[in-house]
Amino acid sequence: MDGLTKIYEDGTLAVGELDLTIEDGEFLVLVGPSGCGKSTVLRMIAGLEDISGGEMHIGERLVNDMAPKDRDIAMVFQNYALYPHMTVRDNMAFGLKLRKTPKAEINQRVEEAADILEINDFLDRKPKALSGGQRQRVAMGRAIVREPAAFLMDEPLSNLDAKLRVQMRAELERIHGRLETTTVYVTHDQVEAMTLGDRVAVLRAVSAAKPYNLQQVGPPYELFDNPVNLFVAGFIGSPAMNMVYATLERDGEDLWASFADQRLKVDPYAIERHPGLENHTNEELVMGVRPSSMEAAEIAGADPDRAIHMTVEVDENLGAESYVHTTLDARPVVTPDIEELLADTGQTAESLGDSTEFVARISSDIRVQTGQALEVVVDTAKLYFFDPASGDRVGAKATATAAT
Amino acid sequence: MTTVEAPKAPSGPKRQGFSRWLVPTVLIAVTITWLVPTLGLFITSFKSRAASSQYGWWQIFQGGWTLDNYNEVLFSPDLPPPGFADNFINTIIITIPATIFPILIAAIAAYAFAWLDFPFRNWIFLGVIALLVVPLQVTWVPVLKIFNTFNLTGTFPGIWLAHTGYGLAFAIFLLRNFMADIPKDLIESARIDGATDVKIFTRIVLPLSLPAIAALAIFQFVWVWNDLMNALIFLQTPDKFPLTVGIRNLLGQYGNEWNLLSAGAFVSMVVPLIVFFALQRYFVRGLTAGAVKG
Amino acid sequence: MTATVSEEAAPAPAPAEPKKPKSRVRWRPWLWLAPALFLLSVFLVWPVIRTIWISFHDGSTINPTREFIGVDNYVRMFTDDAAFIHYDLPPWSALFNSALWVVLFTLGVIAFGLLVGVLADKVKYEKTAKAIVFLPLVVSFTAASVVFRLVYSTDPNIGLINAMLGLIGLGPVAFLGEANIVNFAIIGAGIWVWTALAMTILAASYKALPEETHEAASVDGANEWQVFWRVSLPQMKGPIIVVAVTMIINALKAVDLVLIMTTGGPGFSSRIVGFTVYWEIFNNNFAGYGSAVAVVLLIMMAPLMWWQMRQIRAAEAR
Repeated sequence: MDGLTKIYEDGTLAVGELDLTIEDGEFLVLVGPSGCGKSTVLRMIAGLEDISGGEMHIGERLVNDMAPKDRDIAMVFQNYALYPHMTVRDNMAFGLKLRKTPKAEINQRVEEAADILEINDFLDRKPKALSGGQRQRVAMGRAIVREPAAFLMDEPLSNLDAKLRVQMRAELERIHGRLETTTVYVTHDQVEAMTLGDRVAVLRAVSAAKPYNLQQVGPPYELFDNPVNLFVAGFIGSPAMNMVYATLERDGEDLWASFADQRLKVDPYAIERHPGLENHTNEELVMGVRPSSMEAAEIAGADPDRAIHMTVEVDENLGAESYVHTTLDARPVVTPDIEELLADTGQTAESLGDSTEFVARISSDIRVQTGQALEVVVDTAKLYFFDPASGDRVGAKATATAAT
Repeated sequence: MTTVEAPKAPSGPKRQGFSRWLVPTVLIAVTITWLVPTLGLFITSFKSRAASSQYGWWQIFQGGWTLDNYNEVLFSPDLPPPGFADNFINTIIITIPATIFPILIAAIAAYAFAWLDFPFRNWIFLGVIALLVVPLQVTWVPVLKIFNTFNLTGTFPGIWLAHTGYGLAFAIFLLRNFMADIPKDLIESARIDGATDVKIFTRIVLPLSLPAIAALAIFQFVWVWNDLMNALIFLQTPDKFPLTVGIRNLLGQYGNEWNLLSAGAFVSMVVPLIVFFALQRYFVRGLTAGAVKG
Repeated sequence: MTATVSEEAAPAPAPAEPKKPKSRVRWRPWLWLAPALFLLSVFLVWPVIRTIWISFHDGSTINPTREFIGVDNYVRMFTDDAAFIHYDLPPWSALFNSALWVVLFTLGVIAFGLLVGVLADKVKYEKTAKAIVFLPLVVSFTAASVVFRLVYSTDPNIGLINAMLGLIGLGPVAFLGEANIVNFAIIGAGIWVWTALAMTILAASYKALPEETHEAASVDGANEWQVFWRVSLPQMKGPIIVVAVTMIINALKAVDLVLIMTTGGPGFSSRIVGFTVYWEIFNNNFAGYGSAVAVVLLIMMAPLMWWQMRQIRAAEAR
């Protein structure tokens, strides 16, 4: 996809300047909050939406004006879109029948797909007699049977209950491993994105300031470790990365990040990862640190340079680890990126109040109580610094484009 | 949990190949075919006899336009009595009460079916539904006999009664279904507050049923306005005939006076057309429920 | 509704209610129903029974039961009334014509209703197209009959069709005067009028179809026609049948169009059963015979009536 644009009839820009290349056989996930245009992009690949600008190629061919039926792709819809008046078998065979595939071959392919998905028992039932999970499998079976060049999946798991979703995720991985078909997968759930994708592309809605959707694309660990801006940093990872306004201070040879009433010494590795960080001394930046980059001082060993003193307000003990919440006496970070992320969960800037929430992960071996004072050690190599105005990570390349 | 991607304004794929022009072409062809008959009638009504016999109907601008046809059909004394203008008035006299009465009577019956309790309620309602589909032919002779016995034949009250009786089944069906959808809590809390059924009906159910009543009123109005058979059978005196019968008589005597006939037909069409254009929504609503109307 | 019934039968509200009448007065509901039930009985219930009785008599509208003749009317209908049914060619007679109507009229209305309903959904001027097709249903059948007498007129300057034929050199065709054509001509007029109903219902049904199944079919490789024929249409089976039954009922009951356009002519070749009832009773003054035809009409419609009632009951239960 090259400079791909999509403008709706009422003039809204839905997709702007999208450049993305999808490799053969890879599982690419398009992820982002509601309204970011990911489904639109998928539908443009399918041919269900017109392309307003730019070019799309499948293989060598320019496919901008090609009808969906000629693109050799199969799609799995969010609501399954099964043909209600046909049996499961007929649903799956439909595409092949249209292409005048010989009956014997149709039957063979249907049986094979049914085996993979374990739906042999309901081949002769109609969709309304099936449960959600079963319908989901049939929808996938319909796609598999076609043996297309690529699968397109539009939030296929979002209508399933949590447990089923986890199961199906594993199924999808298994199937992808077996069939190795190129897959483009759309979801708003970043957990799904991280677990399923070979590469993940983070998209956001276009805005006047940034008329492009794609923020970053790369393997999951790269988005986690090296987010290119506040949006990606805040979107990927659960619980979300902590963000706080911090001022960089120079103390002799060291660089310190000072926030609320605390300060941390920035590890040289972190400085290396943010080229030009020193130029921002005495400026206020947004500092990000993931809850998982912390541990209780009791276990990690005390280190005054890297310690944060917090008063426990909420303690979530999950068994294997605990998440400890506190509030820092600093105004909350509010930038356009953050506002968008908040909107996705139904919050607004006002709902944050005037202090910053901060979450630390500690081993569950430590028992904490509300109101208790706790010292937490931060892995300061994993500090991130962002420009508060643009949201970009200090020293990162300009975003938007992401080739291979 | 479904994700709503806002704002959804899908434009869909481009229509490919020849189907791009096929759809509009076929649709336009059909639409024109549907329009032409009425259009032809309309044009003919504005042309003089001479012009019509000289030029084809599609030659709209040759031969001049005239209102003479309308003038003649409405006011000329040569036409079969009572004359179209009187027919028009008769139609109004017939239609308005024949719209109001069924609604009143059906409304109270519908309320009973919806919110009052009495034995065999469901069975009786089923009976009403069965009556929806009875072809009126099967009732003419006995009803006429009753009319004759009570001197109702050839009277306006008689035809009002007939239209009311025949229109009740549909009216009750429509109104009762609508009333039954009113939330039970409203009715029950009113009952607990001590309201009598009459009060509940007038203060709660009736106001809430206005959309259905409106749809019914419009549908019934047009139906009665356009009725021919009931008027023919029950109204037998010419000076009371409505427009539909007037047209029929016109056809009988002036079968080839196309200019006159078309003007007459249009006079009868005017009011329903206005009602339709102004209140399309209600009309359609009444119609879809009325797919079973007798 | 059944649920509502049982809840309605619940006992009187809490005793803390001083003003409530002793018991819900049992006969009150009947008061509400009385006018409606009375009129319905007078105009529909009783007459049906009476007409059946009359059908076994020979008489006039003034004195319908002048003479009891048993089943003679029915025998005559099927063996001795060439206008009703005759058993050689050409087949034009009431029973045969009604059968023709049932098939052609119903198919025509559904076909055009689908055509306009579905195609209009895909264009910008949808509302206008639908309004135009809807018009004929708004005017009286009488006016529609006048319209079509104009359309079919043999005068080459007036008759809309014959004028066009005249332009390409074909002689005027007597659409309403030719026994072999007249039925098709009147059925055409009927389709013109009633397509609007099919269109309204089928268009709504089409719009309600889940868009995703169409998209899935597109992706699966179906072109537009295939999507319609193999995915959309099968899902519309229910409403299509509803429309079909309604149209068959209308075809059987019809009187106005035939009465105004041809009064059953030429001869009796355009008669249909619904029309015949009127003609025999009010033109030929055979009240008994006409009533017998009416009863036959009722019997013909009975299965349809039963089907419609079942549908409504099923809808009620939901």
